[in-house]
Amino acid sequence: MRTLPAYHNFAPLFEKSIALRKHWWKILSLLLLIYTIIGGFLLDVPRLFILNETIRNLYFHVCMWMGMMVLFITSVIYSIRYLLKFNYREDIYASNFAAVGTFFGILGYLTGTIWANYTWVTDQHQSLANILKEPKLIGAAIALLIYGAYFVLRASFTDIDKRARVSAVYNIFAFAMLFPSIWIIPRLVGSLHPGSPGSDSGNPALNFNDIDSRLRMVFYPAVIGWTLLGVWISTLRIRFELYRDKNVLHG
Amino acid sequence: MVKKIVFSFLFACLAFIPAMAQEKVEMADVMRSNGKIYVVVAVCLTILLGLFAYMFYIDRKISKIEKHKSH
Repeated sequence: MRTLPAYHNFAPLFEKSIALRKHWWKILSLLLLIYTIIGGFLLDVPRLFILNETIRNLYFHVCMWMGMMVLFITSVIYSIRYLLKFNYREDIYASNFAAVGTFFGILGYLTGTIWANYTWVTDQHQSLANILKEPKLIGAAIALLIYGAYFVLRASFTDIDKRARVSAVYNIFAFAMLFPSIWIIPRLVGSLHPGSPGSDSGNPALNFNDIDSRLRMVFYPAVIGWTLLGVWISTLRIRFELYRDKNVLHG
Repeated sequence: MVKKIVFSFLFACLAFIPAMAQEKVEMADVMRSNGKIYVVVAVCLTILLGLFAYMFYIDRKISKIEKHKSH
């Protein structure tokens, strides 16, 4: 255990969040991402039709969604904790994890549009209409919009207790909607996105059952690295808000 | 009749074999062989290191604020 010499006044406030200020996992995140970039660009990848060299996007685009999931799961856990104890601190945690999660989701969506533009549209003679019908895209957009509404909802309250309470309930709803919209429905209906039934896109990868071991070697460390980076950004925001609202938290 | 269909089907399959053998998946092998890929890696690493340096800087700044005895 580390001692806290200089924290006389804020000791009770920051004691619990001491893990946030440990450094080893931040350095781990840096090392994993350095490995992701070096290994991701230089190591051998399977030669796949249509995808060609773009399969390396797996180390970046997919990791954004994985990171988003971890952040949203953390967020909903803090929302539930808030509803159990009504401790304002939990609301700060929940909202900031959701914020960074949404940010990762937007990054995942943007990178997905770029990737799809070069692998779905041109090579397979897909028209824009086909792309717009994509259940994966629609589902992901719905999920992100639901989380967007979470922040609109938060911003519309002036009373912090009311805001915390209503948005915690809404966060649980948003999290529950996440699963049908991005995980279940795209797997029920045909989609161009790898991993769905009827995705005759001609590439065997990304079906996690038979994803190539060469890809796994970089993919798993990449997921951990990007996720840790997301958690780090969240903790910085949380620590800032804990400091900003210290009077409310003390009172 | 069935024999004809089967054989014509097999023949059609035979016709695909050379096509499949010829279909090589294009990769950025030139970029790898002339070493230009290292330039990409260097650029991405620089951005990554810069971002992380900035993250550590913000982290330290917040730590300082937290330690500061002010009301």
